[in-house]
Amino acid sequence: MVNPYVIHPATIVEKIREAEDITTYRLQLVDEEARRRFRFKAGQFNMVYLFGIGEVAISIVSDPDEPERLDHTIRAVGRTTKAIADLQPGETLGIRGPFGEGWPLEEAKGRNVVIVTGGLGCAPVVGAIEFIFKRRNQYGAVKILHGVKTPHDLLYRERFDAWRGFPDTEVLLTSDQPDKTWRYHVGVVTELFEQVSMDPEKSMVLMCGPEIMMRLGAPILMRRGIPATAMYVSLERHMECGIGLCGHCQMGPYFLCKDGPVMRYDRVEQWLGRTGV
Amino acid sequence: MSKREAQRERPRVAVFKFASCDGCQLSILNLEDDLLALGQALDIAHFPEASSDMKPGPYDIALVEGSITTAEDAHRILAVRQQAKVLITIGACATAGGIQALRNWADVEAFKQAVYPSPEYIQSLSTSTPISEHIHVDFELWGCPIDKNQLLRVITDLVVGVQPRLPGDSVCLECKRRGHVCVLVAKGIPCLGPVTRTGCGAICPGMGRDCYGCFGPSEGERKGPGLPPNTVSLATRFHRELQLIPVEVVRRFRGINGSVSPFRTESEAWEKKT
Amino acid sequence: MTSEMHGALARADLQRLLDALSAKGYQIVGPTVREGSVVWETISSVSELPIGWRDQQEPGRYRLEQTGAQEIFGVVHGPQSLKPFVFAPREPLLQITRSKEGFTTSPTLPQPEKVAVIGARACDLAGLAIQDRIFLNETYRDPYYATRRDGLFVVAVNCTRSLQTCFCASMETGPRAKCGYDLALTEVDDRLLVEAGSEAGRDILSGFSLPPASEDLAGEATRRIESCAENQVRRLDRSRLPHALYEAHEHPRWDEVAGRCLACTNCTMVCPTCFCHTVEETPDLSHQHTAHARLWGSCFTQEHGYINGKNIRPTIKDRYRMWLTHKLASWIDQFSTSGCVGCGRCITWCPVGIDLTEELSALLTPGVQPPIDLQHKIGT
Repeated sequence: MVNPYVIHPATIVEKIREAEDITTYRLQLVDEEARRRFRFKAGQFNMVYLFGIGEVAISIVSDPDEPERLDHTIRAVGRTTKAIADLQPGETLGIRGPFGEGWPLEEAKGRNVVIVTGGLGCAPVVGAIEFIFKRRNQYGAVKILHGVKTPHDLLYRERFDAWRGFPDTEVLLTSDQPDKTWRYHVGVVTELFEQVSMDPEKSMVLMCGPEIMMRLGAPILMRRGIPATAMYVSLERHMECGIGLCGHCQMGPYFLCKDGPVMRYDRVEQWLGRTGV
Repeated sequence: MSKREAQRERPRVAVFKFASCDGCQLSILNLEDDLLALGQALDIAHFPEASSDMKPGPYDIALVEGSITTAEDAHRILAVRQQAKVLITIGACATAGGIQALRNWADVEAFKQAVYPSPEYIQSLSTSTPISEHIHVDFELWGCPIDKNQLLRVITDLVVGVQPRLPGDSVCLECKRRGHVCVLVAKGIPCLGPVTRTGCGAICPGMGRDCYGCFGPSEGERKGPGLPPNTVSLATRFHRELQLIPVEVVRRFRGINGSVSPFRTESEAWEKKT
Repeated sequence: MTSEMHGALARADLQRLLDALSAKGYQIVGPTVREGSVVWETISSVSELPIGWRDQQEPGRYRLEQTGAQEIFGVVHGPQSLKPFVFAPREPLLQITRSKEGFTTSPTLPQPEKVAVIGARACDLAGLAIQDRIFLNETYRDPYYATRRDGLFVVAVNCTRSLQTCFCASMETGPRAKCGYDLALTEVDDRLLVEAGSEAGRDILSGFSLPPASEDLAGEATRRIESCAENQVRRLDRSRLPHALYEAHEHPRWDEVAGRCLACTNCTMVCPTCFCHTVEETPDLSHQHTAHARLWGSCFTQEHGYINGKNIRPTIKDRYRMWLTHKLASWIDQFSTSGCVGCGRCITWCPVGIDLTEELSALLTPGVQPPIDLQHKIGT
């Protein structure tokens, strides 16, 4: 019987600094057999474990075609993640996974992709964007709409610049509390919808950010003709077991660790924005 | 051990006593099986209860027992804070003011006159206050006395440089995990377990007795802002169904942690009904 | 029903059944009187069972009384269902030790033990069936639960007396044990009607030369069970669930019940189906060894709704609503069954006597609905 609680040691091969308190940890499973067997889909997550401290759910942002290299972008915000931030390459973390349902990137092939993100370092969607650009000719037009509160919150600045260079790609940024250096749109991310053309028949929307952004953004896109079934949102809840047993990650009838974290919008529409759900 | 941890020096620890019974310090000495490991993990530089070899600061960790009841102590705690990187209060006195905080509702001058032949020699404040009312406290351990395993857990985290965390759940959660029968429901005893912080191991209900709240109100620093326990509903239950008269409700909430909200507000609300 | 599955045992001969189970290597567990209620304890003799005791239960109140009769199964239940036998309150999961590779992990699976529980009720069996569905699901079969479950033998007792807090009839889970038992007993005065419900149960009975139960005995047992169902004063109206409860999300009753609820977690602890748990990591002081365990948790705790420095369910109202909505509504979407089996434990063991049947009925009665505030400023 497979024991879903067993944690496998993984070496930190490299630490890549993304921002002041955000780091990407490139991990490699220590056990060769485990490394060979490990397969994941874009947007799935691992439970990342620090010895003697505990586990945190972190999405895998590296390419699923190179499953021996597992990148996890971690923001040092809580007890465990702050302690992880002290680790250096060569030291060990643990991995349990992969878990959950990721972005529908296979389904999106041949279609236009609109990516709407907001807030600080939305790592899960960065993984999806990198996935698409590595297979650029398999996708239609790509539009990336990203909103931040202040320019200081704009992480991955270099990546946004690099993405702009891909063919048939638009990258639009906005800030609702800009400073003098800000040269992009001023306002909230939903205002960017008006600045891009979207073919409702051909587009698929991936959204990641604060729930309120998705709750208010999705209906606007629906008015533009995009069906609820063509929009996907990445949701966050407390995840402790990763296998739908501990009960923490519920949202309405769903266990986000196993039914999500990426959910098709029509399935969660009625739950988004409900207090206490 | 990771490289990072191997390089780390043993933290220098000091234990300080303010107005208290020494019971929490004794809990450290009662660690028995773990004392040796504790001595290896820590450099215990200042612990008057255990050793007369007291080394000066600064210290990495200061454990503070007792509440502030004199002007001198109110001054001394400032110096302790200055010498300590991390300061942790241990026990109900240091964390909540302790049983001696009952004076906060009484006339201390009258006590002095009644107890001492020469009351003019007694220099005492009219209140007993928790350490956190005087200085910044990094972590608080509740209990009268503290639970030695909680202390060990916190020290274990600090040794590896991790923010300590303890559950703020109600005593009931642990009581039920241990398979105890609820004394409130099955015996009609006014147990404070539903509004009291876990950590003791539900000792009293395990002995068929009521919890009297020595670990303070439930919820708190663990994982974000806490929800005050619903003392109003429990007190109402005590009064209506368990037939406690208002002064008995006051006494329930005005115990070892009586000066901490919401225990404090609850006892004061019922005092008005007496 | 064939006669080999259906026999009569003199009440005085129950010890023979216990002995037969012992002979098969079972540790026998039954209800025993402790601290004003009954709890599961390992027993060897029928005399340790609560003979002559009866329980009276009402919201927030439990009392035992001695009737002086020889009735063995007069106590319907105590705070514990079958849950602790399979979903342990504290289950060590892993022992992790530092090593050259970083660390090595050893699962700490429980030792397989054969445990025979005497006196489980239909509601307890219904709860067990629901927990089986959760922990032994197709995607992830929980090996800790599975090990405990494999060794469990259940001797159920059909209820012939309803408590004031019982509503299993309206949940269609009792008072007769329908399935999931190995043996079922019905106490009819000085006789016990014995039925086998599994191969293991038939195996135990095959060692007995039980006389087949008379039609009179079987008929009387059925009459008493039916009358027990009819006497239930509480019921839960499931006809409009789950949707009606989803629609009641903004009902003012939630505020009212939040004023009484202590968020103490007792309802979730005594519930036969509640499965939430939390993981506890306990390293030793040297940080060379650490233990990874799961503990019963609850949606009423602060840590349950915590994420990234904020709490999804910060108030008692949020937590009570989460619990009740999950138990009675979203559970149906998740597991194709209600999360409530009608045992009434959450009513009895709530220190302030909150009654979920009363809450549900209030919530399904239209209240004054405050408008849902959708005008929050959009944040980025």
